[in-house]
Amino acid sequence: MSRPDAAVAAASEASKDSSQVRQKEMIARHFDRLAKSKETGEKSAYTFVPGNLSELLLSFDVLPVLPEINALQSAMRGRSAEYISVAEKLGHSEDVCTYVKSDIGMLKSGNVGPTGQRLPDPDLLLLSYTGCFTFMKWFELLQQEYSAPVSMLHVPYQADGKITDAMRTYVVDQLKRKVIPTLEQVTGRAYDEDRLKECLALSAKAEDDLVAVLKSARNRPSPIDSYFGAVYYVGPIFSSFRGTQEAVDYYKALREEIDERVAKKQGPVTPEGEMGAERFRIVVEGPPNWTSFRQFWKMFSDEGAVCVASTYAKVGGMYDLGFRHDPSRPLESLAEYCLGCYTNLSLPTRIDLIVKYLQEYEADGFLINSVKSCNSFSAGQLHILREVEARSGRPGGFIESDLVDPRYFSAANIKNRLESYFQMLQQKSPSSVGLAAAR
Amino acid sequence: MSAPGLAELLERAEALYLDYRLGAVKEWKQRTGGLAIGYMPIYAPRELLHAQGVLPVGLMGGRDDLEIIKGDAYYQSYICHIPRSTIELGLNGSLDALDGMLFPAICDVIRNLSGIWQMQFPDKLSHYLDLPQDFDPEMGGKFYRQDLEHLSELLVQRGARPLTAEALAHSIELYNAERREVQALYELRRLQPWKVPTHELYLVLRAALVLPVEESTAMFRQYHEAVAADQARKPVDQARVVLTGSFCEQPPLGLIKTLERAGCSIVDDDFVQVHRFIRSDIPASDDPLGALVNAFLTDGMASPTRYVDRGRKGDELVQRTKACGAEGLLFCAPSFCDPALLDQPMLVRAVEAEGVPWTAFKYSENSGQFQVIREQAGTFADSIKLWSNA
Repeated sequence: MSRPDAAVAAASEASKDSSQVRQKEMIARHFDRLAKSKETGEKSAYTFVPGNLSELLLSFDVLPVLPEINALQSAMRGRSAEYISVAEKLGHSEDVCTYVKSDIGMLKSGNVGPTGQRLPDPDLLLLSYTGCFTFMKWFELLQQEYSAPVSMLHVPYQADGKITDAMRTYVVDQLKRKVIPTLEQVTGRAYDEDRLKECLALSAKAEDDLVAVLKSARNRPSPIDSYFGAVYYVGPIFSSFRGTQEAVDYYKALREEIDERVAKKQGPVTPEGEMGAERFRIVVEGPPNWTSFRQFWKMFSDEGAVCVASTYAKVGGMYDLGFRHDPSRPLESLAEYCLGCYTNLSLPTRIDLIVKYLQEYEADGFLINSVKSCNSFSAGQLHILREVEARSGRPGGFIESDLVDPRYFSAANIKNRLESYFQMLQQKSPSSVGLAAAR
Repeated sequence: MSAPGLAELLERAEALYLDYRLGAVKEWKQRTGGLAIGYMPIYAPRELLHAQGVLPVGLMGGRDDLEIIKGDAYYQSYICHIPRSTIELGLNGSLDALDGMLFPAICDVIRNLSGIWQMQFPDKLSHYLDLPQDFDPEMGGKFYRQDLEHLSELLVQRGARPLTAEALAHSIELYNAERREVQALYELRRLQPWKVPTHELYLVLRAALVLPVEESTAMFRQYHEAVAADQARKPVDQARVVLTGSFCEQPPLGLIKTLERAGCSIVDDDFVQVHRFIRSDIPASDDPLGALVNAFLTDGMASPTRYVDRGRKGDELVQRTKACGAEGLLFCAPSFCDPALLDQPMLVRAVEAEGVPWTAFKYSENSGQFQVIREQAGTFADSIKLWSNA
């Protein structure tokens, strides 16, 4: 068994591959633009990751600010506990989403973003409400803090596992009659559909390369970690860069980097460096914990466990199932994107997807990281656990933590559970696990 | 001396409230041969179901007397209680009388429960009622209407009669009558809270969830007449409070009694909101389905589950508090209830700006101990009576 050495791990410099370095530079430039936006006159919109309308914002030259990303960045920088405490002192319940509280606390503490620069007040609150009820409450809270207008996009839920014409039309109607007119008003510019189409075409290119990267995990050994590592891979496309040439270039370079790893039969790069032999192939459901992200990842990598697919990497779009932004149907395509994000899928569809991943990626088992903060993900996960086990015959594990509240990350408990789970996998199918290690 | 028939009425209401096995629904089905469809809080288009000969049955989870054996295996400790008791009741056969369930879009927990239900009870109708958060008739209205038309077709496939404009118009009239009776009771309680103790009113509201509208309307009227005539009910010197936050998972009846015993006269609340969610009569129309849709869009209560697209968050609560002459506010929400608890800081800000005293506590539907809440509510009521400027 591995040696618990989180303190050492946290203290040392994390290994980064070149794509991560490149991404860090992209993010720094974006936050720099945001910090200077009041001087340059650039407009900004606060909005969410799932079902975001990056291309539409881009077509109006509006810079997105993503409060969830700010919250998780706060956690990774060790600031979220303080921010949550600020929010709780202001009356926010200990029971509710810690992303919200971290964001409110950050706002009340000067709204300094991950690069140490102050974020601009929004010119628009674009409430694209996909797959998470809390989003609505979050922006009602922000509405009280800012004078910016709110544009609400209600995205229906795929309760019966499909997108109907009525759903698509409802979203398109809202885009045409509410969201676009509000953007026109905020920016003083007319809607430019040709520009939107150009952005959507760039999105589709980047999405092709992202899918190739995610599917590279079918290889043995997998060249990527599709949960922890995928957080970096999906970063640009889920956030502010989808629809840009910068994203196209990033994903092209990333794909080449991963192709090279496949050719060399290399495993993933972890913060501790190259991972050793691949012993377990795991599918993961649920978001990661961000406060102890590196320590959490190390608990897997020390055991030779590689996450070959994850549902979290699909919260910003189900590209691996074939969805692409389509410039020939710009608004319909945006609507389908919003409707199709992972947390907007019904529980039966989510179960189907995890079973499919287990088979497609030849995984030994699956793990659910159930986070206290997120009912959209977590409510029903115990049912998912039983159903996926029954249908796939692969063993499931269940751990509990939180998104950005360090009080709910019990390292010893989680490590214990993970070690027991991996031991169980070893005993349950020693031949296949041994085979994986030998390869 | 109590008014004649009041004790019997309350006894019946309590029996209906306590009957997990939905005996009244079974009896109705035997009598009529119709379908019965359950619905979760907080709003369902009962008029449409009624017009198709379907009995709408309101479900609000369990109580402290329901032993959760299987339900806890579905939900982690940090998720509210109502989905686990609902699953428990489904799995232990209590809800067998129902031919299906509606899950209104109020939060992620109820949303995901709809998926579990689809899988656990594949032979029953399970419909997620995707209530619009856009209130423009041409967008949210159009979408909602299509959803209702789809629901109507699903009911027909299960054996309900097809929806007609005439039948729907008649059903709307019947539910308008029920709404008026409930509003009249709330008005009586506002004026003379000692006449309408909330623990009684609550029982009648809950009992009405399992009765056909014709019977529930009569029951509300009968209760109103009985308490209005009851000369034994004398004014009491208690703090007038509004209770908010209890729109989905319900507090135990004992908690409501505890608050009253602690010196609080509840003069407005959001219990069992389905009876009052649409605030006024739905007008007669050549297009009754359109009128039903429009009522939801334009005349629904300001609920934490509903996006506030105009005005300031909390204005409606402030207005209600003033309108009923309340001296204080109780934030009484279930643990882990996202809509209520995320709303609370905004509502607190609004009521504080108006100088309304408030206190807050949480409960679970199976809470069994109220001593701490009793002390808190008692202190709050005393502080209002002794020191408030209100």
